[in-house]
Amino acid sequence: MFDKEKINDIKKKREEWESSTLKKVLDRFPERKKKFTTISGTEVERLYSPLDIEDFDYNEKLGFPGEYPFTRGVQPTMYRGRLWTMRQYAGFGTAEETNKRFKYLLEQGQTGLSVAFHLPTQAGYDSDHPLSMGEVGKVGVAVDSIEDMKVLFDGIPLDKVTTSMTINAPATVLLAMYLAIAEEQGVPFDKVGGTVQNDVLKEIICRGQYIFPPQPTMRLTVDLIEYCYEHVPRWNTISISGYHIREAGSTAAQEMAFTIADGIAYVQACIERGLAVDSFAPRLSFFFNAFTNVLEEVAKFRAGRRYWAKIMKERFGAKNPKSMMMRYHVQTGGVTLTAQQPLNNIVRVALQAYATALGGAQSLHTNSYDEALCLPTEQAVTVALRTQQIVAEESGATETIDPLAGSYYVEALTDKIEAQIDEYIKKIDELGGTLKAIELGYIQKEIQESAYRFQKEIESGERIYVGINKYVMEEPPLTNILKVDPKIGEMQVERLKKLRAERDQKKWKEALDNLREVSKSDENVMPAVIEAVKARATVGEICDVWRDVYGEYRPKEFV
Amino acid sequence: MSSDKDRKIKVIVAKPGLDGHDRGAKLLARIFAEAGMEVIYTGLRQTPEMIVQTAIQEDADVVGISSLSGVHNYFFPKVVELLRQNGMDDVLVVGGGIIPAEDIPKLKEAGVAEIFGPGTPTQKIVDFIKENVRRK
Repeated sequence: MFDKEKINDIKKKREEWESSTLKKVLDRFPERKKKFTTISGTEVERLYSPLDIEDFDYNEKLGFPGEYPFTRGVQPTMYRGRLWTMRQYAGFGTAEETNKRFKYLLEQGQTGLSVAFHLPTQAGYDSDHPLSMGEVGKVGVAVDSIEDMKVLFDGIPLDKVTTSMTINAPATVLLAMYLAIAEEQGVPFDKVGGTVQNDVLKEIICRGQYIFPPQPTMRLTVDLIEYCYEHVPRWNTISISGYHIREAGSTAAQEMAFTIADGIAYVQACIERGLAVDSFAPRLSFFFNAFTNVLEEVAKFRAGRRYWAKIMKERFGAKNPKSMMMRYHVQTGGVTLTAQQPLNNIVRVALQAYATALGGAQSLHTNSYDEALCLPTEQAVTVALRTQQIVAEESGATETIDPLAGSYYVEALTDKIEAQIDEYIKKIDELGGTLKAIELGYIQKEIQESAYRFQKEIESGERIYVGINKYVMEEPPLTNILKVDPKIGEMQVERLKKLRAERDQKKWKEALDNLREVSKSDENVMPAVIEAVKARATVGEICDVWRDVYGEYRPKEFV
Repeated sequence: MSSDKDRKIKVIVAKPGLDGHDRGAKLLARIFAEAGMEVIYTGLRQTPEMIVQTAIQEDADVVGISSLSGVHNYFFPKVVELLRQNGMDDVLVVGGGIIPAEDIPKLKEAGVAEIFGPGTPTQKIVDFIKENVRRK
């Protein structure tokens, strides 16, 4: 990018600057800290210049938007063509309440839905299971059967709105319900669009909503991918998630590296199933976090796009450019929010949303300022949505593509993060692949180590966190808190009783028996799951069939 | 053994219910161990019965429960109650996680000694345990 002579010239100038102008000041006023680091602990130099990206090859490293290696973005026009999808993760209480919140968000200009299911649904238990005690409707909406799902999407046209569902081990079940409802609305499967998270590996690594052991749970993941390729072409079949890895304490580079490692495992599994890489890879999507250190996040996103494109092309021999695109959703960092002085969180979220826009995401959820205390109130959700609307409409981040490209610092950091990702992928390959690395606890321990380091930095005061270890003040507790009706547990149990009493018992039993047989065979389970949900089988009943056939995952703890 | 004042404080770090947020629990398990305590981490998906069973088996001095999924009002008092029923009234029960301030008085009334919210310095939790543990 720079010719030799110019570089030597700059080098000379820089040395002069260091020994004269800079030195004079440093001698009298030492810098605030000996070492400056990003929030991930990566050392940051005083100044970046062409010397830091001396051998920078523009065409090789960046290229052009919509083209390999996609560093600058996956679409040729990015936000000049269309803004990212504004998609707030929402769900609590009953299907009726969440349906109301969905309609409110759509009225406020949100452009897609994102369903938060309560933990029993995510863990494959019905609301009346002993492990569901106290959990019903708490961190998401209670969905036990297709009847709840119908209420959830009542009055929402499934051919016009795309829906993202945070559901993993039981992803096939919830997708089956969604498809059955689309069918009832008269919407053909090829008009249905959305995403299921379907990323079971990160549940085992850090999120905890696992059900079955790695092998059979991966089989269900691949069944869904295969089925959608054939029948639901607009569906994003998986959302390979770094979000929770970061929440659990990883650095930015680890978030990207371990997510890509999971991605490699899924692609490998699909290929082993006999699917051609260019058939399923265009529907793979990703999900990342965004912390407050804007430039590090931007570098992370750019490095991730470039690295994934290379993996798909070089390791898996993808030919279709769509197979090489890292398309992703972002949620701002939940763990960055403080319970102290909660209004400060609005500023954090704004910076994180800005980083997301500069980084080139396809969709975004902005967190609400009260989420370190409770589920967000309607007021807090509105501020969060407005925050990303301000970033989109006022900040200027959307006017040109990848605006930070060419920044000496951002390019140097992008290269550095890419090198860190590469180091992890090589290490995981050496260990025998992602599943093996998880089994050994390698990935989990790396994340925990980073979480520990961060905590120590906060407690020693080495890293400043406003309201936590500096600028602390006494304050009254936040009083406007969203409360989930404690009666919802009983209500949901009543609903289940009624469902079980009123459904066609013969049809229900046949559907579950058929599912059991199919699950033991090599046949794709999706059609049998769709029949089962239509026969009013519940999430818990379907997962029980699989618990029986596949067994349950029991994690090793690496503390 | 039970009268040995030099015996390490034994802490059960427990994750109740289906909540998977275990960053804080695992971090504290490590911090407690570094502070000279003996720590048993239960892992995820514990019922109150399972937590109390572990406390009995291990003859624990402290049970620390971490919840970020809103189940504290059900779980924390239930654990205290089951400990009492099993004659383990002297076990110090502390809690942490996403817990609205207005829920705290009720939890304390039910016998939870202290609630530690997000952003609490870990040393504060260690000190609290050391000062309030009722050694057998």
